[in-house]
Amino acid sequence: MDRQGVRTRDLCLWYGSFQALKSVSLTIRHGQVTGLIGPSGCGKTTLLRCFNRINERIAGVRTQGTIEILGHDVYAPGTDLIELRKRVGMVFQRPNPLPLSVAENVLFGLRVHGSGRLAPDVVEGAVEAALKGVGLWSDLKDRLRTRATDLPLEQQQKLCIARLLPLKPELLLMDEPCSALDPAATSRVENLIRELRGTYTILIVTHNMAQARRVSDECIYMLLGEVIEHRRTEDLFINPSDERTARYIEGRYG
Amino acid sequence: MTNPPGASGRLAKRAVLRARLGRAQELVIEAVIRLCGVSAVVFVFAIFFFVLREALPLLFGGLDLGQFFGSMEWYPDSLSNRRYGALALILGTLAVTGLAMVFAIPLGLGAAIPISEFSRGRTKEALKIVVELLAAIPSVVWGFIGLMILNPVIIDLFDAPIGLTVLNGAILLALMSVPIMVSIGEDALKAVPDTYREAAEAMGATRWQVVRRVLLPAARNGLLAAVLLGVGRAVGETMAVLMATGHAVTIPTGPLDSVRTITATIAAELGETARGSDHYRVLFVLGTLLFAITFVVNLTADLVIRGFRRR
Ligand SMILES: Nc1ncnc2c1ncn2[C@@H]1O[C@H](COP(=O)(O)OP(=O)(O)OP(=O)(O)O)[C@@H](O)[C@H]1O
Ligand SMILES: [Mg+2]
Repeated sequence: MDRQGVRTRDLCLWYGSFQALKSVSLTIRHGQVTGLIGPSGCGKTTLLRCFNRINERIAGVRTQGTIEILGHDVYAPGTDLIELRKRVGMVFQRPNPLPLSVAENVLFGLRVHGSGRLAPDVVEGAVEAALKGVGLWSDLKDRLRTRATDLPLEQQQKLCIARLLPLKPELLLMDEPCSALDPAATSRVENLIRELRGTYTILIVTHNMAQARRVSDECIYMLLGEVIEHRRTEDLFINPSDERTARYIEGRYG
Repeated sequence: MTNPPGASGRLAKRAVLRARLGRAQELVIEAVIRLCGVSAVVFVFAIFFFVLREALPLLFGGLDLGQFFGSMEWYPDSLSNRRYGALALILGTLAVTGLAMVFAIPLGLGAAIPISEFSRGRTKEALKIVVELLAAIPSVVWGFIGLMILNPVIIDLFDAPIGLTVLNGAILLALMSVPIMVSIGEDALKAVPDTYREAAEAMGATRWQVVRRVLLPAARNGLLAAVLLGVGRAVGETMAVLMATGHAVTIPTGPLDSVRTITATIAAELGETARGSDHYRVLFVLGTLLFAITFVVNLTADLVIRGFRRR
């Protein structure tokens, strides 16, 4: 049986008077990588940022409709935002490690969600496991005290993924995680995403058609705030059912 | 369609002329700005050299530096046995400033954080205006507050014989240095990129956790600079401490002792000395010392800020 990871019903979002999401209804399957593609400004980032409700940082944002993540209604009154963000991790377009040491970046989630001090063996275990999880351990095991913001971008971005792992999130949101990286680094991060597949439900925004094909199981095409098409990735690329999807992916191969 | 040749030639000439004028204007403005910058530096040095010039004849002509820094015996107009021991004055300044910082740092940074992180729009503007108003109160008025309000309150509260004490001056100086701490502190917090806040919040940190775990470490240098500038402000303040600290040349042993600061001494005595006398000159030595202290404090603050920008 396929478990539901994320389900939205008639999700609408306004920035002031501008409607950025129009009645988005989606079902994203658990344990898979789902790609989110579409032209610039179509609302991919906006949609992604609804799932951990980080959109609410921006003044004037209004949301309507429902989002269920593993059966919990995220917008229900009384939802614990902190708990939600523990279960839903986010990787941003620009790598944004905190201006702390590598180890402290990894431990940040545990410190924020835990109560009291972390035992030294917990600390060591968590740092090692998380860094191994993203393939940074051998590179960084001797540099755990380095400021994370001084690392090369690729390592920064991997660290931004690593710091989510100790909290054992159920859903990982990635907003163009490779757009700041060079091709070699991009391909290594893609490998990482493939490895994380299965353990986590991953939703990844990308501008890169080839990347969407390489990493995603399913793909969603959005246009002007609406979902146009949502199918298995190979079907969507080989045999799009909507005229507009076809034009978009062709245009991109141009 | 094209312009007739004569007209276009005229247009071109006018364009060239306008460009030249614009360039000339720019040069003038640049020169004025540079002049302002240079004159600020010149003034600072001029003031320093003026103070130093009045101090030098004594500094290298008979002042016993060991006594100056090591003795608390300040008898500048004794006829038989003049002594210029500034230790009590220096310690008085340190005590008042130090205690002032004990109050001012939590108050100043404590105000900078909510203003920068927990308020928006109108509330934020209103809070900033209140803090700036605090900066606009003249120091004589603070002195009055010390004399008329704090003095009886301290006497009542602590059952002290007199309320014009280190504590009184420190409270005033704290309130006087809070505005600069708040505004520099707020700048330091504002300079922390919002992506850090967003990253931390996306991991489930509360706003307070963001402040404690991310902003305070990230803005550490800027906040330190804010504190140092507050110290500089407090060390140099004269009128309020002159009025509020009781005017006693003693080494303070607690917050309820009266003291006299370097600044208060200069202000109180300079008018009564004969120009060129040793007493007159020793006050300028004190001035030089004060200048050196504030210079070092401000320079440190500046270096700290710069280090923080470079990162
Ligand atoms: N904070 C905001 N305030 C107002 N409008 C916004 C805001 N953020 C985004 N928008 C608008 O909402 C629409 C969707 O933006 P969004 O960033 O979600 O697009 P995107 O698909 O992620 O684009 P890109 O591929 O360029 O990242 C755009 O038209 C954008 O101008
Ligand atoms: Mg985007």
